[in-house]
Amino acid sequence: MIEFLIEAVIKSAIIVLVLLTSFAYITWLERKVLARMQARIGPNRAAPFGLLLPLADGIKLIFKEDTTPLEADKFVYLLAPILAAVPAFIIFAVIPIGDTITLFGRTITLYLTDLNVGLLFIFSITSIGVYGIALAGWSSSNKYALLGGLRATAQMISYELPFSLSVVGVLMMVGSFSLVDIVKAQNSIWFVILQPVAFVIFMICAAAEVNRSPFDLPEAEQELTAGYHTEYSGMKFALFYAAEYIKIVAMSALAVVLFFGGWQGPPIPLIGSIPIIWFVIKVFIFLFAFIWVRATLPRFRYDQLMSLGWKVLLPLALANVVITAIAIVLRDLR
Amino acid sequence: MLQSYVPILILLVLATGFALISILLATFIGPRHPNTRKLSPYESGMTPIGPAMRRYPVRFYLVAVLFILFDIEIIFFFPWALIFRQLGFFGLVEIMVFILILLVGYAYVWKKGALDWE
Repeated sequence: MIEFLIEAVIKSAIIVLVLLTSFAYITWLERKVLARMQARIGPNRAAPFGLLLPLADGIKLIFKEDTTPLEADKFVYLLAPILAAVPAFIIFAVIPIGDTITLFGRTITLYLTDLNVGLLFIFSITSIGVYGIALAGWSSSNKYALLGGLRATAQMISYELPFSLSVVGVLMMVGSFSLVDIVKAQNSIWFVILQPVAFVIFMICAAAEVNRSPFDLPEAEQELTAGYHTEYSGMKFALFYAAEYIKIVAMSALAVVLFFGGWQGPPIPLIGSIPIIWFVIKVFIFLFAFIWVRATLPRFRYDQLMSLGWKVLLPLALANVVITAIAIVLRDLR
Repeated sequence: MLQSYVPILILLVLATGFALISILLATFIGPRHPNTRKLSPYESGMTPIGPAMRRYPVRFYLVAVLFILFDIEIIFFFPWALIFRQLGFFGLVEIMVFILILLVGYAYVWKKGALDWE
C-alpha cells in the first residue's frame, strides 16, 4: 500500500511538472509558428530562438501587482482561476501515455490510474472547468467580463452535446469506458478510419470547448477586450492561461487516444521502439494543427457558432451513432 | 475498486497546491499600490457607466435549459453503447425508438425558433 502511494505521488508530481513545462513551451511554439506563418521572426531575444522567453514571462507574471477590483466578489474572484486550472490537470489522471515499462525491476504502468469509467470521468471533469470561467466573468463586476463569461458558458455547454455524442460510436465498438481498453482495441485499425465523421465532430467541438480559434468568441478582443479574464492580473491571469493551454494538450491527447491508436505505432528505425515516443509525436502533430488553425481561420459570428453547434453538429453526431449501430448489427449478424 | 481513485485524489491535492502557492507567492512578491482608479472596473479608460450586473439576454438561460434536457438524454446513450454488442438487434430497435422520441422534441424546439440566435 505504501509503495502504491509513493508511486502515485511520484507520477502525479511528474504529470504536474511536465504539464507546466509543456504549457510554457506551447506558448513559445505558438508565438514562433504564428510568426513564421505571418512572415515574421517571432521571439528571438532571450537565449537562442527565444527559448528562455517562457521562463522570463513566468518570472514577470510573479512580480506583477495582483489587483482585485473594489466591487468584485473577493472569494469567488480568487476561487475562479483555481477552479479553471485544476480540472485541466486532473484530466491527465486517466490518459494513458503508454502501456507498461520495467524500471529498477518494477513493472510500472504509464498512466496514473485506469478507471473503468475513464471517459465519463473526463467528460465530467472538463465540465467543471466551465464553472471557473462563468464565475470569473460573474465575480469581476465588469461588463466585458460578464459578457465574456456568459458567452463562454453558453458555447461550452452547447458544444458539450455533440462532443459527448461523437465518442458514442467508439464506445459501441470497444464496449468499455477505460481509455487503456480503447487504445488496445485499436491494435489492428485506428478508429479514425472507422469513425471519420465522429473524429471531425470531435475536433470541432474540442476547439470550441477550449475556446480556441475559430471559436475564441469569449475572448474576442475587438468586442470584449479580453473576455472573462479582463480584470485578472499576475498569477491569477497566468492560471487562466495555463488552463487554456493544458486543456489544448488534453484535447490533443484525448484525440490521439480515441481515434489515433494512442501509444501504438511501428518501431522507428535507428532508435527502436521507445514506449511513449509515438504518443508524444501524435500529440505534437495535434498541437501544431491547433496553432495552424488559429493562423488560418477567422473568428465565427456568435449566431453562426450557435447554429453550427445545435443545427449541424448535434444531428450529425446523432446520425453517426445510428449508422454505426446499424453497421455493427449487420456485421455481427453475418 | 475505490483504490483506483486514490491517485486522482493525490493529483488533485498537488494541482490545487500548485495553484494556491503560485497565487500566494505572487501576492507576497508582487508590489501593492492600490488606488481607487486602479481598482475600478476596466471600461476602456472611461469612468464605468452604471452597474456591471445589468440584465442580459434571456437566450443564455434558454441555452442552459436546452442543454440540461439534451445532456440528460445523451447520458442514456453511454450505458447503452457499453453493452450494445450484447444487446444486438434488440438494442438497435430500442435506441431507434428512443432517438425518435428525442427527435420529436428536437424538431419542436427547432420549429419554435429556440435554436435561432437572432
